[in-house]
Amino acid sequence: MASIVMFCILAAVILGSAVMCVTTKRIMRSVTFLLFVLLGVAGLYFLLDYTYLGAAQISVYAGGMVMMYIFAVQLVSKRTLQGLVERVKGCRALSYALICLVGLATVAGVQLKNGFISVLVEGKEVPMQTIGEALLGSEKYQYVLPFEFISVFLLACIIGAIVVARKEKEDK
Amino acid sequence: MVPVECYFVLSALLFFIGVYGFVTRRNLIAMLVSIELVLNAVDLNFAAFNRLLFPGEFEGFFMTLFSIGVSAAESAVAIAIIINVYRNFHSDQVNSIENMKY
Repeated sequence: MASIVMFCILAAVILGSAVMCVTTKRIMRSVTFLLFVLLGVAGLYFLLDYTYLGAAQISVYAGGMVMMYIFAVQLVSKRTLQGLVERVKGCRALSYALICLVGLATVAGVQLKNGFISVLVEGKEVPMQTIGEALLGSEKYQYVLPFEFISVFLLACIIGAIVVARKEKEDK
Repeated sequence: MVPVECYFVLSALLFFIGVYGFVTRRNLIAMLVSIELVLNAVDLNFAAFNRLLFPGEFEGFFMTLFSIGVSAAESAVAIAIIINVYRNFHSDQVNSIENMKY
């Protein structure tokens, strides 16, 4: 019962913040509402007893990426972004909303009609040892190869981001 | 115990809110924020599938973990590109980038 109440609170926070995030006029507010969405999703992970995932979500998404977004918004411009008023044409926004509603009805209908058999789990946290062994083992259902790939990928992204964002030297 | 359908409905709603933001906004950072909403919806679905339908296994858990890492890298590169676009075009609207279109 308590978990259902928690789920409803988190769902209200997530959906309200997400709607505000895509409809608000100012980018700064949009990024701030994104932070609330990310924290709400982290709360759902905690509710699912995936505490490691919730901690990763908070530290990577809410701590790292939102900070990066805020810095980018502040860096890009004073004039164009912070007081940005976007003009969205009403009829086009309405038609887009209709298309999204049709897609939502399709997806939700398929998922709800499917009749999944839910296995009842008692509140048992995933032990840290299991996560560590699965991340660094090389047998079946163990993930050392994606783990190493993602480290190389992160390195490539860091180098790529520096190369892309580097200021060209003015030749005299 | 929250039924698994609640997670599905929440995640589908979050996904299509993100899609709506992606097609209506014309600002590059706002579009990137909408993509983050979509990615979060999918991550939530993975975690809920794994926990509530297959609680003994960890495929969805690690899929979500890797997805968080990949999306962090993706948004870092995207923000670098956006800053560069702004530096070259002095605008951050997608309409301003038309040199590569034709």
